Amino acid sequence: MDINQIQDEIIDEFAFFEDWMEKYEYIIDLGKNLPLIDPSKKDEDHLIKGCQSQVWLEAKDQDSTIQFTADSDAVITKGIIALLIRVLSGQKAQDIAETELYFIDKIGLREHLSPTRSNGLVSMVKQMKMYALAFQHKS
Amino acid sequence: MDTTTERTPIRPFEITEIRRDFPILFREMNGKPMVFLDSAASSQKPRVVMDALVHYYEHLNANVHRGVYKLSQEATDAHERGREVTRDFINAASTKEVLFTRGTTEGINLVAQCYGRQFIKAGDEILISGMEHHSNIVPWQMLAEQTGAVLKVIPVTERGELDMEAFDKLLTERTRFVSIVHISNTLGTINPVKEIIDKAHALDVPVLVDGAQSAQHLAIDVQALDADFFVFSGHKVFGPTGIGILYGKEKWLEAMPPYQGGGEMIKTVTFEKTTYNELPFKYEAGTPDISGSVALGVALEYMQEIDHDAIQAHEQDLLQYATEGLSQIEGIRFVGEAARKASVISFLLEGAHPYDVGTLLDKLGIAVRTGHHCTQPLMDHYGIPGTVRASFALYNNREDVDRLVAGVERAARMLR
Repeated sequence: MDINQIQDEIIDEFAFFEDWMEKYEYIIDLGKNLPLIDPSKKDEDHLIKGCQSQVWLEAKDQDSTIQFTADSDAVITKGIIALLIRVLSGQKAQDIAETELYFIDKIGLREHLSPTRSNGLVSMVKQMKMYALAFQHKS
Repeated sequence: MDTTTERTPIRPFEITEIRRDFPILFREMNGKPMVFLDSAASSQKPRVVMDALVHYYEHLNANVHRGVYKLSQEATDAHERGREVTRDFINAASTKEVLFTRGTTEGINLVAQCYGRQFIKAGDEILISGMEHHSNIVPWQMLAEQTGAVLKVIPVTERGELDMEAFDKLLTERTRFVSIVHISNTLGTINPVKEIIDKAHALDVPVLVDGAQSAQHLAIDVQALDADFFVFSGHKVFGPTGIGILYGKEKWLEAMPPYQGGGEMIKTVTFEKTTYNELPFKYEAGTPDISGSVALGVALEYMQEIDHDAIQAHEQDLLQYATEGLSQIEGIRFVGEAARKASVISFLLEGAHPYDVGTLLDKLGIAVRTGHHCTQPLMDHYGIPGTVRASFALYNNREDVDRLVAGVERAARMLR
């Protein structure tokens, strides 16, 4: 599936939730079940420091696509990371660099990606795109 | 001028009526009736304060202190009345000692720079504590960098109190200034500032008291405290944002150089030499926040009208009720358990990040603050990334506490 197909799929899934708490229960589950980042990568080099929560991000290129793994100390942040990874990981570098992440807005989580929230997520998305740009120019 | 005799009769504290004074309490947040528990960051405003702002712009707006026309005189009177009300509120000896600032932060920066540049030299020690807000750390670090002075820190105990034995040792003949928070914004601890001031004065060391939190909760008497400087913000005492107060003893304000140059603060200007205006105007360059000073006066009068002992009893009841309610929740850990506390509760849920707890409470309509509360060194001391903080003001009630406890219980279940 391409990036936008996955975004639309997530939007459809979230349409089923009746209220905020259900939505967050799902995000928390995603966070708890996110495959862990390799512990050796949870270091200063991979750290994106937010004021509220912190994020670790690692990127690997594999057959002209990029694989992301990530972690956070806050489980809701981690759940949103799981969604971002589902959308972007395994995609082509060029697609990642050029994509517009509209699903966050559509499922009502924009506040978590507001620059003033300072939970590391905005910088994480920027970082994912930077990796994509870098890999693109490498290949 | 003593206005205590003219003061409005004390209004009994009746929580339902108090709440009606604050229209914002009746709005919804995320589809739920809002519970506002972040008054330590900024308090809500009573209707009279909003009315004062509108009234000022509708009837009084003109620049102050210079106009020969009637309107400017009326604006000046209203502005200076705000100063007089503030003087009375903190029981300063004179309005010369009451300076308008933008807030607590600016007040501390003003003292650090003006007192510091005049009186602090390389090797001198400035004493603060481990529970200071960043705004009572960074200005002194800047001064230390400029002058070669050294910053010393009074440690905080596990319960969240100042280690007074350590203070006794840190206060020496090298100490040139003490700057200390009255009530910790993160822990709620009420510090023994009177004792600190007395001990510092015994060595001729002046003391600044950061009253950002205390002005909302305690009756302030700068003369009884014998504080050299006392700073607070208007928006935390039910007034508007953008205005604050720096109280300073006249002898210091006379001896210090001015902060910023410009209009208002001068007597005469030639290209060769400028002479400065008298107190308090010497420190008030530029057009002041006139609507702010007017409305701040109204906010302080609002507080003074209500039976203060009853407000304190109410806030202490909320603190106790909330502490009891929250302590029933499995895995809760309080950060800050001082013997003397204002109505501020910081806590953590085992296995849950403060950001997660705050996010879920928000969706339940409950406004709390999460994070390090601009006290990163204090968080490092406890080895935690931050806390969830609920703070109660005079307009909160037991239902607010019930909603908080139920919300935290629910968050705990979801995050476990």
